[in-house]
Amino acid sequence: MTTLGLSTYKTVTEEDVKFWFKAASVSKFPSNGGACIKYKNKQIAIFNFTREGTWYACQNLCPHKMEMVLSRGMIGEENMEAKVACPLHKNNFSLKTGKHLNGDLEAIATYPVKVKDGFVYVGFSE
Amino acid sequence: MQTIIVVGNGMVGYKFCEKFVAQADTKKYKLIVFGEEPRVAYDRVHLSEFFEDGDAERLSLAPRSWYQENTIELYTNERVSEINRATKTISTSKNRTFSYDHLVLATGSVPFVPPIRGVEKKGVFVYRTIEDLEETLAYANTVKGGKAAILGGGLLGLEAAKAVMDMGLEPHVVEFAPKLMPRQLDSRSSKVLQVKLESMGINIHLSKATNQILGNGKITGMEFGEDDTLDVDMLVISAGIRPRDELGKSAGLDMGTRGGIVVNNKMETSDPNIVAIGEVALYNQMIYGLVAPGYEMAQVAVDQILGKEETKMAAEIDMSTKLKLIGVDVASFGTPFMPSDKGHSIIFENKTESLYKRINVSHDGKKLLGGILVGEADDYNMLLQMYQNEMPLPENPEALIIGGRGEGGVSFGSAMDLPDTAVVCSCEAVTKGAICCSVLEDGNENLKSVAQATKAATGCGGCKPMVSDLITESLKTLGKTVKVQICEHFEYSRQELFDIVKLRGVQDYDELLDTVGTGHGCEVCKPAVAAIFASIYNETANKQNTIQDTNDRYLANIQRNGTYSVVPRVAGGEITPKQLMAMGRIAQKYDLYTKITGGQRIDMFGAKLHELPLIWEELIKEGFETGQAYGKSLRTVKSCVGSTWCRYGMDESVSFAVEIENRYKGIRSPHKFKGGVSGCIRECAEARGKDFGFIAVEGGWNVYVGGNGGANPKHAILLAEKVDKETAIKYVDRFIMFYIKTALPLQRTAPWLEKLEGGITYLQNVVINDSLGIVEELDAEMQALVDSYKCEWKEAVETPEIRERYTHFVNSEETDDNIEFVSLREQKMPKEWA
Ligand SMILES: Cc1cc2nc3c(=O)[nH]c(=O)nc-3n(C[C@H](O)[C@H](O)[C@H](O)COP(=O)(O)OP(=O)(O)OC[C@H]3O[C@@H](n4cnc5c(N)ncnc54)[C@H](O)[C@@H]3O)c2cc1C
Repeated sequence: MTTLGLSTYKTVTEEDVKFWFKAASVSKFPSNGGACIKYKNKQIAIFNFTREGTWYACQNLCPHKMEMVLSRGMIGEENMEAKVACPLHKNNFSLKTGKHLNGDLEAIATYPVKVKDGFVYVGFSE
Repeated sequence: MQTIIVVGNGMVGYKFCEKFVAQADTKKYKLIVFGEEPRVAYDRVHLSEFFEDGDAERLSLAPRSWYQENTIELYTNERVSEINRATKTISTSKNRTFSYDHLVLATGSVPFVPPIRGVEKKGVFVYRTIEDLEETLAYANTVKGGKAAILGGGLLGLEAAKAVMDMGLEPHVVEFAPKLMPRQLDSRSSKVLQVKLESMGINIHLSKATNQILGNGKITGMEFGEDDTLDVDMLVISAGIRPRDELGKSAGLDMGTRGGIVVNNKMETSDPNIVAIGEVALYNQMIYGLVAPGYEMAQVAVDQILGKEETKMAAEIDMSTKLKLIGVDVASFGTPFMPSDKGHSIIFENKTESLYKRINVSHDGKKLLGGILVGEADDYNMLLQMYQNEMPLPENPEALIIGGRGEGGVSFGSAMDLPDTAVVCSCEAVTKGAICCSVLEDGNENLKSVAQATKAATGCGGCKPMVSDLITESLKTLGKTVKVQICEHFEYSRQELFDIVKLRGVQDYDELLDTVGTGHGCEVCKPAVAAIFASIYNETANKQNTIQDTNDRYLANIQRNGTYSVVPRVAGGEITPKQLMAMGRIAQKYDLYTKITGGQRIDMFGAKLHELPLIWEELIKEGFETGQAYGKSLRTVKSCVGSTWCRYGMDESVSFAVEIENRYKGIRSPHKFKGGVSGCIRECAEARGKDFGFIAVEGGWNVYVGGNGGANPKHAILLAEKVDKETAIKYVDRFIMFYIKTALPLQRTAPWLEKLEGGITYLQNVVINDSLGIVEELDAEMQALVDSYKCEWKEAVETPEIRERYTHFVNSEETDDNIEFVSLREQKMPKEWA
């Protein structure tokens, strides 16, 4: 059994992307909600923010209690900054920057997403 | 007695009737209406909502009984086939003849179907009536997962694209022009919109002239050029409208060269006894394909017939529009694009955010001439007002589009700065002055009552945010406190939102947010609104699962390692040995930790997400149903064994507890609520520590409400003494319903009762003495909830789309390897947090 810590997750920006991972078809992601995908040893939460018309991805691991749950969180926005609320204790993280919005936990890693031909791709640097 | 015949029972024809009966002395006039459609007039503007629930009733502008009450003779399903101007009569498709003094033509328009080879093929549809949608929907179900094209990339086409996407088809918008929404957007904004739509999964094909519809009998594709084809399984044509002017033509009225019945600014046709209004009328050589001008025409026609000759149609008609439904804001107003000799433009574009804003300003910098907003249109209402009222612009007009509302975008001031004559609701032509007056002088204090009194915000709903602003601001000037609002996205208290949802029949979170909220919501308003929908429609959490708290979304209680617990209902705590064994077997099979809860039932912990439907399938087979331990809803009704076994018992507390638990099960409320039934005053069931409790006494039941255990224990307070069981249930029904309707989100009954002005005496007056005159309503609402109960786990297990949600990864069958357990007293528990 592998328990993967925070060090597994590092923010990837659009420029850093070396490889676009074909994650799953668009239909797997509820509108205005998220689902989790596996890439190598990583769990990535992907959100289909339909209201904004934007897709976001971040680590599925909540840095508070180290549980793989962020994809099941509710998404929303605070001052128009897209965010996800962890389902366990409602810690809010920005989906744009990963910043913890209602406290000072470590920021979560975010990843670029693109949609092509009905599939969702997540950008990784390795 | 004069007879007025209205041909067409559509949106504008209906509006004519509504305005007419409101103003005319019905003894002097007789109104006869013919509609070709089988239904009474409905809200075509919100036609797409029909896809969401298939509820046509809900779209009706007024029920059939309304016509009766207003002594209007209504003949639906009957087309007017001919006008005889000489005899002033009409005849109908049922070969009947009627005479008129005034004839009102409100026949609307039909979708324009371009003469493309093959358009008659199966699978090609238009988008205008409920019947059109029913046919489209039925066909879409036969080609689920396939592709659908929409011919036309205008306002309506994009709406249709969203609709077919929601029907489970891949949408392809095919537009003849080189850009989307060619009439409203400039090329740059159009491009921004296109990129945005593509990212949402809507495919766009521009500059395409369709030559032919391919397929043998039914559509399989579209051909544009020689080697340029697109495979599709369905096509919705949305290529503009053509006025339904055949009656005018055959009667010899003046017609436009490209159709439409010519009218002057009194809505008069070339025959002074005939008026034409709505989309059939050609005014200023234009057909206006929007409701607002149609409604204005209806008003002019009513006044003209009633002799108020000074009411005339405005010379210039506003065609400002905002796209609804699609999930991306798009709006254009005034002159959206214009030659540079008329003024100059200020353009703000942010491609990464898909934002585009443009305003056109007069050369002297004083007046706003028009503009375009894509990506965010929060300021649309305010900009539209500035344009319509020719309000002075700030010194640096760019401030109007850079830096949105809330971020110090103070350049607008507030809606209160508008002149009193500013038309805030253009559908119903309600001015700012009328709205404020309704608050300040008539004492209407919320959107509901202002809407009822003025009709503002009852049309397209686009002005709601501004009407709400005006109400709030007017209340402030009266020194009234502005209530606790739910969160930054809704400027309403939970109770107001509850009323809005109910009054407007809103059934969808996004719609509610779009019509009375701002932004995109958050984890505070989403579950609060979900609970409101649940309390009004008794819809399960499965329907709008992404606005639910995680426990509701997955119908289980999330535990500290991301696994879930499972709690079947054990009403009253009464369980058979057989059920116990079944539960034991299932818990053992899935290696679940089991414990008896404080509510007299059994909790099974440590189920992984994908195991939940498997476990429930087995439980349901054994006759269990969900215990809603995860919901803000009834938990349990605790009981002692009562007179059935106990030598002190005064009455059968278990039977009562079972009955009452089954009565309230599944009802969602502002917070969880619990009950208790004790068979005598020894109170072994601790009924007074619950939100409601019954205690058997000599001569009946004592009823207590508003108690709880937990961090702030509170004893429930006596509501009624020595009443029979039926009465006891009735009072508690009303208490719960009243609480559900008026409490704050996440407020238990105890703090609610504490805050209730007048406390228990007031509550007694409401539920026992009917001081508010609402008990009938409360009773009916409660009964509706009781009658519509269904086990949401049964629904989840039996519906493949819902079952699919129970998977940790959507791209792998693997389970979450982060979950670890350690052993504990012959069972298991989650591993300590790292
Ligand atoms: C999907 C959709 C979305 C829309 N969205 C918007 C929007 O967001 N904003 C906006 O402003 N507008 C919108 N519109 C346009 C709006 O619906 C129309 O402007 C409005 O319905 C026009 O009203 P009307 O009464 O002129 O025509 P209709 O509503 O079409 O009514 C005409 C009626 O007359 C009947 N009729 C015709 N001939 C006869 C006859 N000879 N005898 C008896 N009956 C007859 C027809 O069957 C029809 O029921 C939308 C339209 C559609 C289809």
